Amino acid sequence: MKETVSSVAIKKEWDIVGARQAGRQLSQELGFGSVDQARIATAISELARNIYLYAKEGEITFEELYDLPKVGLKIVAKDKGPGINDLSAVMQDGYSTSGGLGAGLPGVKRLMDEFDLVSDGEGTKVTTIKWARL
Amino acid sequence: MRVPILKLHNYLLVSIQIELDDQTAMQFQEDLLSKIHETGATGVVIDLTSVEVVDSFIAKVFGDVVSMADLMGAKVVFTGIQPAVSMTLIELGIYLKEVPTALDLEQGIIKLRQELEEK
Ligand SMILES: Nc1ncnc2c1ncn2[C@@H]1O[C@H](COP(=O)(O)OP(=O)(O)OP(=O)(O)O)[C@@H](O)[C@H]1O
Ligand SMILES: [Mg+2]
Repeated sequence: MKETVSSVAIKKEWDIVGARQAGRQLSQELGFGSVDQARIATAISELARNIYLYAKEGEITFEELYDLPKVGLKIVAKDKGPGINDLSAVMQDGYSTSGGLGAGLPGVKRLMDEFDLVSDGEGTKVTTIKWARL
Repeated sequence: MRVPILKLHNYLLVSIQIELDDQTAMQFQEDLLSKIHETGATGVVIDLTSVEVVDSFIAKVFGDVVSMADLMGAKVVFTGIQPAVSMTLIELGIYLKEVPTALDLEQGIIKLRQELEEK
């Protein structure tokens, strides 16, 4: 089936807003309802901010998935930053090394339908999908 | 870009109509605190009707604004939180427990008046 891929580079703070606006736009076009649009935009905001804060720069890629009657939006947040040492710790609510709320990663997992986190000394990659039924 | 802050009697009224990036959110926090200091306002209503995304960073800024304003003797009430925003906040695991909320600006002012009388 048709698949469209687009991406947003995360280099400066404003790119966090740019990425979530692009994601919201896409999710709207794909037919997601307003609550799911907010979930997707919020998840993107969290992932983009993590890139900006911890890896300085990286990229968010959007992929439209067609598995009719389901359509999905796949979001991949990738960076070549320092990586995450303790993968199980960062998935706990309230764990933060930056004085944040530590809500980002566990929150993204709850907001989205599928979630995968890979990280090592070479960088971090978060892959997450939201499905909508048309 | 800056969030405009209006003064009405001893209240400050804020309606956030722009997309909040981190910088703008921090600037708003600073502006609001100086405005409270300047005017001696005892209550603040922050209307979020046009806000479509509140992520963990912005939620933290809002929470901090409430605590800091409180230290300066001003009560903050949030109004107009969209259903989608309240749902995503809960799913993020953010419970703004201490934060008074009301349906709209008018209810917000009523709530402030009640809160201030209770003191
Ligand atoms: N892309 C990344 N590269 C390196 N470390 C990361 C990355 N993303 C997250 N982390 C680490 O995982 C921790 C938890 O991330 P999470 O987003 O859950 O919370 P936070 O960013 O600390 O706070 P919040 O997102 O609530 O403002 C971070 O404090 C950071 O140490
Ligand atoms: Mg984070």
